Amino acid sequence: MSSRQRLRAWIAAPVLGLLAAILGWGLSGAPGFGHFHGAYGDLLSATAVPQRHSTNVVTAIVFDYRGFDTMGEEFILFASVVGVVLLLRDMREPSGDRDDPVASDAIRLFGVLMVGVVLVVGLWLAAFGLVTPGGGFQGGVIVAGAIVLVFLAAGYRPWRAFGRQSLLDPFEGVGAASYVALGLAALIAGAPFLHNLMGLGTSGTLASGGSMTLLNWAVAVEVAAANLVLYTEFLESYLVPHLDER
Amino acid sequence: MLETIAPLQAATLVLVACAATAVALCLDPLRQIFLSGVYGLLLAVLFVVLQAPDVALSMLVVSAVAYPFIVLIAISRTRRQREKP
Repeated sequence: MSSRQRLRAWIAAPVLGLLAAILGWGLSGAPGFGHFHGAYGDLLSATAVPQRHSTNVVTAIVFDYRGFDTMGEEFILFASVVGVVLLLRDMREPSGDRDDPVASDAIRLFGVLMVGVVLVVGLWLAAFGLVTPGGGFQGGVIVAGAIVLVFLAAGYRPWRAFGRQSLLDPFEGVGAASYVALGLAALIAGAPFLHNLMGLGTSGTLASGGSMTLLNWAVAVEVAAANLVLYTEFLESYLVPHLDER
Repeated sequence: MLETIAPLQAATLVLVACAATAVALCLDPLRQIFLSGVYGLLLAVLFVVLQAPDVALSMLVVSAVAYPFIVLIAISRTRRQREKP
């Protein structure tokens, strides 16, 4: 150990020790494991299913009780993707003829078989978000993952059928905008913003939760498109210089 | 309500702690991203064990799909730029 490293260790040790002591002190005062001291959680567990007809209480919170927060989160994703696009899209050279073929037959076969499976899992998670664990966010990311598999398994050219700005950008915008539109529709009808306007339907079926179903799909479209825009920008900036070297 | 920590929960917590330490101690970014994928997977298992399947699904899709993909591309891009002056 050099003298400089030793000096660093001597400076770091007391600070880290103090940090560990504060952490230990804080943890010792925390409630016991599994003893959650929040009335709100118990209250919602008891009332969400009769009130909102959604057997997945988490989705009922995300799209109804806390629907306004979710709109903010949706726009955090939207804004960060727009930031990435602004940074990467301009730096790119004009698109020429590129390809990034996949060499392994095993990867091709397995990947192409998996695309459909992963896509169905993603759509299922989004569709049943109000009934079982899952929802628009998780489903959307998996749908985007299924389409990335097209690139991983089949190469750049088949991926270009999906990874185009002209195709993805409208989906992202429409997904984000329809969440706000659904909120405004409630205002126009004379109810509070994002109020659940539609009939609540039967608990435990796909037709449950009313407006939450539409909000859920708006988020699924927005998240899937946002992820794909992100992947497209990164892939394009990855492939261009890569192929120029050949 | 859980009265005490169950053996399965304790075991998963220990695994998560080991994986987190491994991620922090790994110095090669390429290995680190794979380790962080494993860490995310274990966190997802922990959330399932703690009966939070929704959080587990979010953790799973972000840590196994979105995050490694973007970091891998970023690593490959920066490495190539460093090799090519």
